[in-house]
Formats: sequence, C-alpha cells, structure tokens
Amino acid sequence: MDRERLVVVGNGMAGCRAVEEILRRDPGRYEIAVFGAEPRVNYNRIMLSPVLAGEKAFADIVLNDEAWYRDNGIGLHAGRAVRALDLERRVVRAEGGLEVPYDRLILATGSDPVRLPLPGGDLRGVVTFRDLDDVEAMVAAADRGGRAVVIGGGLLGLEAAYGLARRGMAVTVVHLMDVLMERQLDSAAGFLLQQALRERGVDVELKAQSTAILGEDGRVAGLALADGRVLPCELLVMAVGIRPNAALARQAGLRVNRGVVVDDAMRTSDPFVHAVGECAEHRGVAYGLVAPIFDMCRTLADVLTDEPDAAYEGSLVSTRLKVSGVDVFSAGRFSGGEGCEDVVFRDAGRGVYKRLVLEGGRLAGAVLFGDAADGPWYVELMRSGADVSELRETLIFGQAATEALGGERPSSAVAAMADTAEICGCNGVCKGEIVRAATAGGHVTLEAVRAHTKASASCGSCTPLVEKLLALTLGDDFQAETGPRPVCGCTRLAHEEVRRRILAEELKSIPHLMQALEWSTPDGCSSCRPALNYYLLCAWPGEYADDAQSRFVNERAHANIQKDGTFSVVPRMWGGVTSARELRAIADVADKFAIPAVKVTGGQRIDLLGVRKEDLPAVWADLGAAGLVSGHAYGKALRTVKTCVGSEWCRFGTQDSTGLGIRIEKFTWGAWTPAKVKMAVSGCPRNCAEATCKDIGVICVDSGYEIHVAGAAGLHIKGTEVLTRVATEDDALELVVAVLQLYREEGFYLERIYKWIARAGLEAVRRRVVDDPQGRRALYDRFAHAQTFAQTDPWAERAGGGHAGEFAPIAPPELMAAE
Amino acid sequence: MTIASAITEDAAWIDVGALDDIPRRGARRVHTPAGVVALFRTGDDRLFALKDQCPHKLGPLADGIVCGHAVACPLHNWLIDLETGRPLGADAGKGSTPTVPVAMEAGRVFISAAR
Repeated sequence: MDRERLVVVGNGMAGCRAVEEILRRDPGRYEIAVFGAEPRVNYNRIMLSPVLAGEKAFADIVLNDEAWYRDNGIGLHAGRAVRALDLERRVVRAEGGLEVPYDRLILATGSDPVRLPLPGGDLRGVVTFRDLDDVEAMVAAADRGGRAVVIGGGLLGLEAAYGLARRGMAVTVVHLMDVLMERQLDSAAGFLLQQALRERGVDVELKAQSTAILGEDGRVAGLALADGRVLPCELLVMAVGIRPNAALARQAGLRVNRGVVVDDAMRTSDPFVHAVGECAEHRGVAYGLVAPIFDMCRTLADVLTDEPDAAYEGSLVSTRLKVSGVDVFSAGRFSGGEGCEDVVFRDAGRGVYKRLVLEGGRLAGAVLFGDAADGPWYVELMRSGADVSELRETLIFGQAATEALGGERPSSAVAAMADTAEICGCNGVCKGEIVRAATAGGHVTLEAVRAHTKASASCGSCTPLVEKLLALTLGDDFQAETGPRPVCGCTRLAHEEVRRRILAEELKSIPHLMQALEWSTPDGCSSCRPALNYYLLCAWPGEYADDAQSRFVNERAHANIQKDGTFSVVPRMWGGVTSARELRAIADVADKFAIPAVKVTGGQRIDLLGVRKEDLPAVWADLGAAGLVSGHAYGKALRTVKTCVGSEWCRFGTQDSTGLGIRIEKFTWGAWTPAKVKMAVSGCPRNCAEATCKDIGVICVDSGYEIHVAGAAGLHIKGTEVLTRVATEDDALELVVAVLQLYREEGFYLERIYKWIARAGLEAVRRRVVDDPQGRRALYDRFAHAQTFAQTDPWAERAGGGHAGEFAPIAPPELMAAE
Repeated sequence: MTIASAITEDAAWIDVGALDDIPRRGARRVHTPAGVVALFRTGDDRLFALKDQCPHKLGPLADGIVCGHAVACPLHNWLIDLETGRPLGADAGKGSTPTVPVAMEAGRVFISAAR
C-alpha cells in the first residue's frame, strides 16, 4: 500500500521538529519530503548567538545531519525554494519547475527579519541577524575590527552586540525605548543588564531614534540619530524584530493575518495544509521563540497521527538571554497592576535582582537577573496555575529553599508540572516520559527508570526530582532505594558491599567475583566492569591481572578518544616544568605525524590532538626518546600536580612549591584511582597554582604546609577544606599520600574526592590520616607497595611493541595483496 | 550457517585472520574496500561484524566495551546490539549500523566482502 505523502516546506527548527515528532509517533506512516531554502542541513537557530560570539562552531549546532534524513527515508531538497502551492491539485512547485504532490502539507516557512526603511539601508555592511549567512557576514566584518552599531535593544540585538564585542569590535546598541528588552524586563532589570553589557564592551543608547544610514563608496560609514548625532561604524546590524513569512500562503489564497492563520489543530484555512512555527498565527499570536514552536509541533504531530483530541492552546512564553555570564530570565506578565502584588529580592553584592508578580494567589510573572536558575520552576508554577499563597514567604528564594523550608510542599510543585516539562536537561526527558515509564512501563525503581528513559543518567543533578516524581506517581509502589545505590543494573549490591566482599572473600578476578556475588548478567556492563576492574586492582596489587577489555578505551589505548575517533596525547611534565629538549621533541612529533592541533592544558602541560590510533605507539616512541612519559590525562588516575615557581624564583614564595609538586608527582604517578585526581602546590597563600579547587592541594606558608582536600572545579565548583598543617616537606608528602590511599581504598568508582569526603565526613578522614600516625603510615606503606607495580610507563611498553592489537587493524593477507 | 560450502562457492568471503587475533570481550578493526569493519568477539566466543560507526555520532564501535552481545559506543555510551546493529535501551529505534556477515571455520575468521 502506498504511504501518504507528507511535504514540509521549511527545513528550519519548526519543520524538522514536526517531522521528528511525527516519526517518533509513527515512523512508517508518511513518505516525507522536506524543502529548505538554505542550502544546508537543519541547525539550531537559537544557537547562532553563541556561534557569533565564537563560543560554538556551526558543527556544534547542527540538529540533523544528512545521515538523519537518509536513515529516516526523508527526501531533502536543500537550497530549493518552493515557489507556489497548488491547493486544488495538492502539489507544491519548487524552483526549477519541480512538482511534488502531497496528501498533507506543512508550512514551516519561519520568519524574515524586519528591515527598517531607512535611507542607506542597501549599503554594503548593513546586515540583519537571522541565519548563518548573516553570522558569517558579521564574523567577517568583526575580523577586520572597527566599530559596529546594532539597531534594536531586544533579545536578538543584544546577543548580536555581545557576540560582536566578544570578537573585538567596539559596539553600540541603539534602542528606541527607554529600557532594554522592554517587552521582557522591567526597568530595574533593564538597568542591571545595561551595566553588565557595558562591562562586556557594549555601549547602549536608549531613546535613540535612527534617521539615516550614512555611507562612503557604497559602504556603511555611520548611523545618524534624530538628535543630530552620528555614530560612526563599519558594520550596522538591524535587529528590530521578525515578521512571519507568509508570502507563499498568501499567494496560494490561504487565510493570512500577520501570519498564516491556524486553528488549535494547527490547520490552515485549507484542511490539508498545516502551519507551525514563526510563520503561523494562532489565536492572534505569532510566536518568535523556540518553546512555543516545539509545543505546536507536538500538537501537529498528534493531529497527523490521528490523535483526535490534540489541541494547541497557546504557550506561556519565557525568555532567556544567551550572553555569557549574564543570567537574565523573564516569563509571564511583569508589569503589575490592579490586584497584583510584587515580591522583590535584591542582592547588590552579587548583582542579583528577582521580581515575582502574584495575582490572586497565583504566580503571574517573573523577572530574574543575575541568578536565573529557578526560571523553569517558576514557569511550571505559572503554567499549572498552582496556588502559591502558602509558598509566598520562600518563593522568591527558589525551588530548593522553598522545598527545604516547606516540608510537604515540594510534591505539589512536582505535581503541578506539565507532562511536557523538562526534568532532565542533559537528555531532554520530560515529566510525561518518566511517568509513562513508571506506569505503563512498570519501572518502579530509579535505576530502572534511568535505564529506560535516560533521565538523570548524565550529570545526575535532577536525580532528586526524578525520585520525587516517581514517589508521587507510584505512591507505595515506588521502590525507593532505601540502602545505598547498586553499582548498576547487573546487581543489587552497592559499591561499598562489593569492595568489602572482594577483600573478605578474596575475590581476585572479574568472573570469580561475578559468580560469587551473583551478577545478573553474563559479563556485566560498561558501567560495572571498569568499576570492578579498579576495585580488584586496588585490593590485590601485584596479584590481580588487569583486564584491558574492562577498561574504557582511553585507559586501554592510554590516550583520550576525541569526537572523530582520533586520540589526544599528553606527556607528563613534572610539576609543570619542561625543557627545550622536551619541547623540541613535542614539536618534532607534531610535524612528523602531521598532528593537527597542539594545545596547552589547564594542568600545565601540552596536548597533542588528532593523533590517529595507529600512530600512537610511534608517537610515544619518539616522545620517549626525549624522556617524556605518559601523563595519564586519559585515566581515572593521578593527572597533574600543578605548581607555581615558589621560593626558587618568586619574591613572595615561602617554600619550594615546584620541588614539592614534582616530588609528589614522581611519587604518585601511575596510580589508578576511583576517579581522576588533580593536585596542586602553591608557594604562598596568593595561591597562583590554584590549589584550593583541586582534589588535594598544598598551600605553602612561612611555617610549613597547609594540606587542603576536596576541592572541585568542574561540573561543580567547590573550594577545598583545610585538613591540617604540617611543618616539613616529608610530612606534607606523607599526608597527601595517606589521603590518596584512603580514597583509593574507600572511594566509589567515578566518585571524586570531594564527593567521597562529603560522604565519609571530613572529620572521619582527619581522624584516620591526621590524628592516627600509625594508620597514616600504614596507608602510606600500602600506597608505596602498590606503586611498585604501577609505575611502569605504559607508553614505553606499547612503543616497544606491547599490546599491538589494540592499535593496529587486522591486516588480512588477501586484502593486503589486493591493495 | 555452514560456512565451508559458502566459502568454496562464494568467492566473496575473505579470510581476515585467526580468532585469537581478537581479544575475548573485545574487537579489532579491518579495513576493507567497502569501509572499516569492526569485528567483535563476545565472552561466549561468538563473532559479530558491524560497520565501525555508531548510528548516533559515527563513533568507532571497535573501541567500545563489549558486554553480552552488545557494545557500548566509546563516544556517548549508546549500547548497540551486535546481532542487529540497532541501539538498545533508551536509544532503541534511533537508526542502526549495518551488519556484515561473518563466519568462523577452523579457527579462522571470514567476513563477506560483498557489502
């Protein structure tokens, strides 16, 4: 049977999201063809601002690459504009006369930027900010430097201005109104925003009316204002708004106001033609933000897969400005009025301003500046229309505070969330999916729901929310993890229990362990195998035979895999100290193997990126000849000991921080640990080596050494805590090593030191490594013993021909001959 | 499949090496005229061959961790069924990786060069 033919006009975010939603519901239903006017694959238009700012590359914002169209059997006509619709014959006619018939047609033609009808608008150097071509034009202009003027102080204009400033231009924003982003911000937030932009090199002219664009030799030279001033510039960006692109629909005779008029089923005035996205007008509103567009696409997909009750009822719009370091969020109504009351919070020190508008016990609007983390939570409260009068006291402090102080309240906030509310930002999992997995799917534990939906499977910060949601959905059926969390889905045992039994039952191989501990899978999974391999290695140094196949590729290949399957190579530089000879060897290797990128790392060493896996042993052989060894930048292992120059050179240095750092690194390199370990030694409290955000840090002081632990500067940021102070370098080394060994023995796999100490308690750790000299010495000795097996340079082994199968492909004789 | 007959009748089978060239619960790559193939050997000594590309972001599957009859892609941990080339678990239904016919005979490994 022939499938129904679905034609989509518009290959932007709306068109593609609509297709994705349809495929998700019923992949076989339609034969799909997509027309796009831009000659490229579909990309995330809202991320053009970070591309302009140089914070992302185009490749990072591609949503669907060519393979996606191919794999889903979608015919893509990129760079081919549709010229006409024949509603009578149900055919679209494209550039070059191509005619494609449809059973269902989706218009997703988006919008066009508004160009002000100013004299000089056609000069070279006058651009809008809408698509990748605009961004490329702006980047090219920025590369020549000079001055830019952006007309429009709304979301888009400010993002353009920020991006150009980041690229080194002197930027002025010209805005007609007296408040920036006046549709989203009140004057207080607008003022803070203006200040923040000035700090980032963007000047703002408010209440400024543009009258003419001035030119020289056909190129823009400045902008004339109504008050007589002229702002000289070499680039002028018009970012004053967008207009739905409804030309095709209008020409075909469909009903069009500002946009293509659609009903709640996203249907136009022709029952076989639908419209979504910025080209559509629904209940008198044409949206220009991504969230409502995605809402429309979901409804449309329901409609086109025969979901009779599907209806789009409009969206609550929220806005977030994408300017790094400036957190601005706005949703709902913020200009109070009759019957409204405001709750305002300010923190001058942190530059935070928050304002909530309450109306009849419900949240009607929110403006957040400086700390917008709770924006999505406020939106959910608005969307659900939940009664928040009882939360009034704590509401402004955000979700965490409200839940901590409000006892039973939080569940009502979870209950209030819409099914489409995103719970897991990393994996894009919404509430409805989790609820379905729990109810229809019968997954009643956090672990099972995580495995099934990926919710909380990446950074894990939404875990409490997922648990709350499961408790709410399943009631007594929710199997909360009363004990500690199991290692993975292959066992019910927790990390602690597994480690205990490895020692108690003298388990010395993975198969032995899996048998004894009744693993539920034949050979584990990619979560438990690396953990078990580490636990066994740590428990039985010199006895346990490391299982390469239970290690992640980085630790197997002793290099870091990159997105294109090549690897990066980071040689060790003891304490961050190198020499002309080492640098020369690195330079020679980069030349010889045509290594495309050489980068300085945060850990005071050099990263060679883009090395082919086959080349790794030869690269290491050359590096090894100059005395360079593996830096373990790829491992759950000791990474670097960062140092400052200390008393050797620095006029403030109190101790030989470089020497101590090198000594620590020479003693601890090669050690495998539960997660990566980064250390640093600073020569004085000015702390140039940034030791107070490391797993273990040493700060030298006049009277000796402060030993710091449990810092973090990655997914989480946390300053270290002082474990103790000691008088001599020997004492400092012994303490650092004792902490490291205790962590090796008791940390859970992938648990960084700061998390381990949060779980074990700083006091408990202190009792064992500070207050108990014998225990400390025993830890030190166990570490030293393990190191006798660990300190073999893995690069030298492999450069000498070891483990060749890991690096070289199989070379079949027949194929060799054929080549 | 009994491979002996297939090998003699169909010249498209290529002898790529010995079973022991591939580590148990591991993989090796083979460069063929039709592209790079990942050869997997599971814990129970079954053999599988797939195009060396994850359906997600083209990650090199031969570098993944092999568990059961599946491999975890080294880039983003998608779990790919070695039997079908299709993602398992939460990523089920999102594309697939082409499989390559593979066979073993007298300790030698053969793949079909037809594709």
